[in-house]
Amino acid sequence: MNRFAAGFVLLALLGAAAPFVGYPVFLMNALCLGLFACAFNLLLGFTGLLSFGHAAFLGSAGYVAAYSMKFWGLTPELGILAGTAASAVLGYLIGSLAIRRQGIYFAMITLALAQMVYFFCLQAKFTGGEDGLQGVPRGNLFGVISLENDLVLYYVVLAVFLGCFLLIYRTVHSPFGQVLKAIRENEPRALSLGYDVDKYKLLAFVLSAALAGTAGATKTLVLGFETLTDVNWPMSGEVVLMTLLGGLGTIFGPLVGSSIIVTLQNQLADRVGSWVQVILGAIFVLCVLLFRRGIVGELAALFRK
Amino acid sequence: MEIFGIPLQALLAQLLLGLVNGSFYALLSLGLAVIFGLLNIINFSHGAMYMMGAYVAYIALSGFGVGPVFGLSYWWALLLAPLVIGAFGMLIERLFLQWLYKLDHLYGLLLTFGLALIIEGVFRSQYGVSGQQYSAPEELGGATDIGFMVLPNYRAWVVLVSVVVCFSTWFVIERTRLGAYLRAGTENPQLVQAFGINVPLMITLTYGFGVALAAFAGVLAAPIIQVSPLMGSDLIIVVFAVVVIGGMGSILGSIVTGLALGLIEGLTKVIYPEASSIVVFVIMAIVLMVRPAGLFGREAR
Repeated sequence: MNRFAAGFVLLALLGAAAPFVGYPVFLMNALCLGLFACAFNLLLGFTGLLSFGHAAFLGSAGYVAAYSMKFWGLTPELGILAGTAASAVLGYLIGSLAIRRQGIYFAMITLALAQMVYFFCLQAKFTGGEDGLQGVPRGNLFGVISLENDLVLYYVVLAVFLGCFLLIYRTVHSPFGQVLKAIRENEPRALSLGYDVDKYKLLAFVLSAALAGTAGATKTLVLGFETLTDVNWPMSGEVVLMTLLGGLGTIFGPLVGSSIIVTLQNQLADRVGSWVQVILGAIFVLCVLLFRRGIVGELAALFRK
Repeated sequence: MEIFGIPLQALLAQLLLGLVNGSFYALLSLGLAVIFGLLNIINFSHGAMYMMGAYVAYIALSGFGVGPVFGLSYWWALLLAPLVIGAFGMLIERLFLQWLYKLDHLYGLLLTFGLALIIEGVFRSQYGVSGQQYSAPEELGGATDIGFMVLPNYRAWVVLVSVVVCFSTWFVIERTRLGAYLRAGTENPQLVQAFGINVPLMITLTYGFGVALAAFAGVLAAPIIQVSPLMGSDLIIVVFAVVVIGGMGSILGSIVTGLALGLIEGLTKVIYPEASSIVVFVIMAIVLMVRPAGLFGREAR
């Protein structure tokens, strides 16, 4: 606990100081994707379920938040809540279907269902199709605090991130989280101990989807638009890569992984074009072949020796 | 004559188009099933292999854009692409996949996903995202009037040759000595090895064969759709759904499921075009509710 507390305080301090060093919008985007990866890790790292369709939750929440803030005039906090709720519902639907199969099939089912969501967003009227939803207003938090200033918005995003991060930590270290780990380690044994495995898996899935939704809705608030990129399969792959690179089943790993990937994309996108994809693919291959524990996992193993 | 308020001609044309897509689903899901049977890996780079197959045809005809134009015809490509991509696949298996067999199956999926990203990225930087035209060979151009409809020759050829290749594969696996080794290797590799069969070699060849099927499908597809770096990833996700619907336990099952879903997709294009891109996924959802193991599946872990 103490090590986590120290890490968390350090993270909060770093987060608070960061906008004076870096570009706030970039940092906010990184925080949102970091939260996305942490939410994903709750499922893959702690429950052992590989969802290859998490972009569906990031993107749908983004669309719902964008639409409700732009056309219904919802305040930012309500927009984020609406996005989160939408993703939770979608997570329940996709999760109930996907947990009917294990392992490799689970991954394929989530990927296929997420692609269905993608096609829906491509064709539905309210998403703006190929153009996406542009010009989403940042509005006033609780109807009073204007978020037009990047720095104000940054601290709101940081608060959302830290809150969700604590929630994930709390979940992982609760009795519920212990059952999830038991399922990850040995599902038949968890079942024979009398745990309703499917119920636990579904709950973990919904929680992960909802938090991914929070990330997506917040991201939309930050950037002021939502497009098909967020809901398409490469995004699902990216979140797997972030988590794998940082360290599966570690608390801080996904954050490390996502920071590296986001920075890499930001730095390389203009210079090398399509080769970014090649580099990401190569990192994927290297992670799987050489260091499956990820950066944080390998470091932890090093210190334990 | 009209069915669902649609002229019969248009309906049959769409169904044939569906069957063409179904042929690709069948060829790809068959390859996935064969690979999964022996390697326990879901080959995410299957779509990329299919795409590369189409590019082999394109490059064989028109070269690399610089230097000589090879001018090798479609028929050469049909032979060359499976060989080249099959060899490439075997190289991939030796270099990367062989280290993963003892690990969780998920790592195989992740590694091949990474490979797919690399391959697609390389082709994108070379050819951009727009498609290249590749025309059907003259022998197969035109159409034949068979009374109740006008049959485009090339599409008929694709369906015919795919069905022949699929069933030949089924025959080899289920009815020959070689196939018996393969099936035995799927059940119990240690025991087969003890009988003096070179299992690692068999695994390498199986992977090569699986991706060769994908490359073959790629060449068949080249004249129908535009050859583009993105053609593989668009297809592979649908093929995954096909595999979930059919279950990977049965060779015949994956062929039949692939063809049938292509047909259903074609039919949907006629009746309710908006749903045609998601109908396969909807069917997958229904199958999961009714029969989670898949239509032909044994519950494999």
